[in-house]
Amino acid sequence: MPNKDENRFTVLDLLDLDLKEQNTLNLRCIGGRKGLPREITTPDLNRPGLALSGFYESFAWQRLQIFGRGENAYLKMLAEQGNVEIYEKLFSYPIPCCIFTHNLAPSKAFFDAAERAECPILQTDLTSSEFSSRVLRVLLDIFAPQTSIHGVLVEVYGIGILLTGDSGVGKSETALELIERGHRLVADDVVEIRCVNGSILMGQGANKVIGHHMEIRGLGIINITHLFGVGAIRDKKQIQLVCELEEWDSTKVYDRIGTEEMTTEILGVHVPKLEIPVKPGRNIPIIIETASMNERLKKMGYHSAKEFNQNVLRWLESENARALYFNRDDYL
Amino acid sequence: MSRAPRAAPEIGSRTAALTEEGYMTEVTVTISNRAGIHARPAALIVQTASKFASKIWLEKGSDRINAKSIMGIITLGASFGTPIHIMADGVDEAEAAAAIQTLFDSKFEED
Repeated sequence: MPNKDENRFTVLDLLDLDLKEQNTLNLRCIGGRKGLPREITTPDLNRPGLALSGFYESFAWQRLQIFGRGENAYLKMLAEQGNVEIYEKLFSYPIPCCIFTHNLAPSKAFFDAAERAECPILQTDLTSSEFSSRVLRVLLDIFAPQTSIHGVLVEVYGIGILLTGDSGVGKSETALELIERGHRLVADDVVEIRCVNGSILMGQGANKVIGHHMEIRGLGIINITHLFGVGAIRDKKQIQLVCELEEWDSTKVYDRIGTEEMTTEILGVHVPKLEIPVKPGRNIPIIIETASMNERLKKMGYHSAKEFNQNVLRWLESENARALYFNRDDYL
Repeated sequence: MSRAPRAAPEIGSRTAALTEEGYMTEVTVTISNRAGIHARPAALIVQTASKFASKIWLEKGSDRINAKSIMGIITLGASFGTPIHIMADGVDEAEAAAAIQTLFDSKFEED
């Protein structure tokens, strides 16, 4: 994750990323260590073939430079010809780093040039195409627009639900009851949200140290993982529904039918939103559970409220037809 | 709930009947929107009725339901042309009955 204090994402941060399974980059630094604090400013890649052959117009130096088999073979040829000033020219640009795929390693002359220019050289055992797709995915995630929202993110029946509302309205208590009922906590209090692909909102805890702890009034800070087990937590989850809890306001009109859908906008993405009034005697966790299942039904194409209204309209229509039949005088 | 059918009062006429506590405001209207009372009009009626302290009922034929219950109103099955008898009893009964009558007259902002 980007270094929060400075909000810079450096080559060192790239090496430090804690990635899992299909996202691992298997990167290690094989030269130019002094350049590790260089900043990566854009989530893009460049194959520097044209630059190596001496064409520097529109050279995308600010991107990660990927050296695959082709580039490496070309470098080798240059080294054999003793044509190493091309290296100097390449490193005269402040490129963030050079990455060699297929576990390839450049010649000594290239290393020396990189050391002098303090440009880090990284190596991975992945193929160029595989590495490109993985690193792009990772970088797009890191450079995605992000915000943080005060609330609790829980996963209920597979739907990511963001509970929001004023403090003291019972967000944490509702989440606790949901966890008790077998659902999962993603983040409490501060939820960090990233907009991935321009349409998906990924929520996660803002801080690894806070992890899956919750503050419950009267109890203090509790550790959800220890209390409920790893089955009760989740690292990140897409936000698919926002439930805003609020004190019951008798002057306010709450949705009674549910045919009109409200949405809220987070990072430019519209998410379905429910306003749930809270008052003593209302079991909010069960309402949230039901909302989650109803949301799943909607995703499957069955909209309870609309379907119900269709049935009512059909029934009223048939009543009309009956009336027409029985009271000819009135209608014909 | 079901009672003997009574003679239908003249539509639009407002009468006051004596109840145990005092008089009750009553008014009869006709459903004038083509679709009848489906979910949206029902919600409008409930919203309006809930603003008043009075007890409010709607009556279709011999069925009488609480005008503050959304499912009750929908299950009345009030289709186009059905006469509905509105009854309100309480401190603000006259305003309540008038407000509901206005809703019916405005065809629930439909058509």
